[in-house]
Amino acid sequence: MDSFWSVLGGAFALVFALDPDLMEIIGLSMRVTLTAVFFACLIGLPLGAAVGVFKFPGRTFLAVSLNALMGLPPVVVGLVVYLLLSASGPLGPLRLLYTPTAMIIAQMIIVTPIVAALTRQVVDDLNREYAEQFASLGVGAIDRLVSLLWDARYSLLTVALAGFGRAVAEVGAVLIVGGNINHVTRVMTTTIALETSKGNLQLALALGVILLLIAFAVNACVMAIRATAVRAAYA
Amino acid sequence: MNRRTFLATLLLAFLCATSAQTARADDKFIIVQSTTSTQNSGLFEHILPIFRDKTGIEVRVVAVGTGQAIRNATNGDGDVLFVHSKPAEEKFVADGFGVSRSDVMYNDFVIVGPAADPASVRGMSDVVAALQKIAGAKATFASRGDDSGTHKAELRLWQAADIDAQAASGEWYRETGSGMGATLNTGTGMGAYVLTDRATWIAFGNKGNHEIVVEGDPRMFNQYGVILVNPKAHPHVKSEEGQVFVDWLLSNEGQNAIADYKIDGQQLFFPNGNGGPS
Repeated sequence: MDSFWSVLGGAFALVFALDPDLMEIIGLSMRVTLTAVFFACLIGLPLGAAVGVFKFPGRTFLAVSLNALMGLPPVVVGLVVYLLLSASGPLGPLRLLYTPTAMIIAQMIIVTPIVAALTRQVVDDLNREYAEQFASLGVGAIDRLVSLLWDARYSLLTVALAGFGRAVAEVGAVLIVGGNINHVTRVMTTTIALETSKGNLQLALALGVILLLIAFAVNACVMAIRATAVRAAYA
Repeated sequence: MNRRTFLATLLLAFLCATSAQTARADDKFIIVQSTTSTQNSGLFEHILPIFRDKTGIEVRVVAVGTGQAIRNATNGDGDVLFVHSKPAEEKFVADGFGVSRSDVMYNDFVIVGPAADPASVRGMSDVVAALQKIAGAKATFASRGDDSGTHKAELRLWQAADIDAQAASGEWYRETGSGMGATLNTGTGMGAYVLTDRATWIAFGNKGNHEIVVEGDPRMFNQYGVILVNPKAHPHVKSEEGQVFVDWLLSNEGQNAIADYKIDGQQLFFPNGNGGPS
């Protein structure tokens, strides 16, 4: 096996060769993961904020459950989604198994608790800080929720990035529900698993480096948006 | 930056990222449940484009162990089953999940082991005697342990050798519970003997100092079969397109395409779909 640096060089060579197959795989990875994170935020942000702000019976139980679900094993999620989407399963007629949509559903289930649990913590803390102000102004429940989410937006971007990190690195669930079908459901992580099983360890490692670079680029983009927003806000 | 601009920026960034690749048009396709050996050896990448050019049908391969492939097909999650464990395949057809089974091609299993050969089995062609020597020497043996076709074949051979290898599980007998490639990676890593199909071994990129030590026993014959999933069991099965694929595999053109696939000049699979040796 060559040195780590030659693998790294190989990774860059792969990227700059703009191999159409590799581009397709990277594109699908991004499409699946970003869509999953988008819908996970759509559900997780309001859910987490609601648990953080509202007082209701079972609130602590719900908070603990959300925290526990952050540890959902992806393989189990994959198995459950497979059983649901299988032709013999309750959602079989939708014909979603072995499609990118199935992978998005699985990743969404994995990421939503992460987004919800972290949002709950952020919003809960901020809510304590704002409690007196809210009380003196007589702010309604929904308005509270919206202003807390808005004021915590920069922390929540990091929450979304945590969800993205988990989803983009995930292989167990998408392998089962996607099937790692060439040109259809093959993403970065399943390609890495496949190349490892072919014994092409160098290529697998190079693909891993590329995945890391992509994650870096996405994080850099979000940080840039955030920096611009902060500058504009205080300008 | 006000609220609307902030949210709009995020939404725009999201749309840019996800629209980079739009969904492919849903053209004609079938799903084939198959094994890791056919995929990892590169056979499908060689023959499927030929089939697609001829018929316009895209074949989507889900490559898992034979056991899992059969279970998936039993659930109706596939149109064609292309695996290598004849008894399990015949049961699948007898249970009404498959229309009928045809031989497609064969190759053979081999035992690979470290060059040091701690059990001194190199050059043996009697697989049963070789397994007995490995067990006698308590030399490390890595098993698939995943109910795949190769795993079932391995268990049959242990049975023929009259050795209860699973009793030594965790000692010299290591069940990896994973695919052929992962098991080979483990085997080369821990210096273990491994039973593998020849095609996967030839195409494998991480051989280390392992080499083929036992080969040539007729009991290591490895037959692949193809089955159309029964539309009577699962009405949504694309039986028309699936049948076209089965017929093509068994046709002269399909059989020649299989025979043409070589790595380093070595033929990996030998077609016998027209009633050749089986």
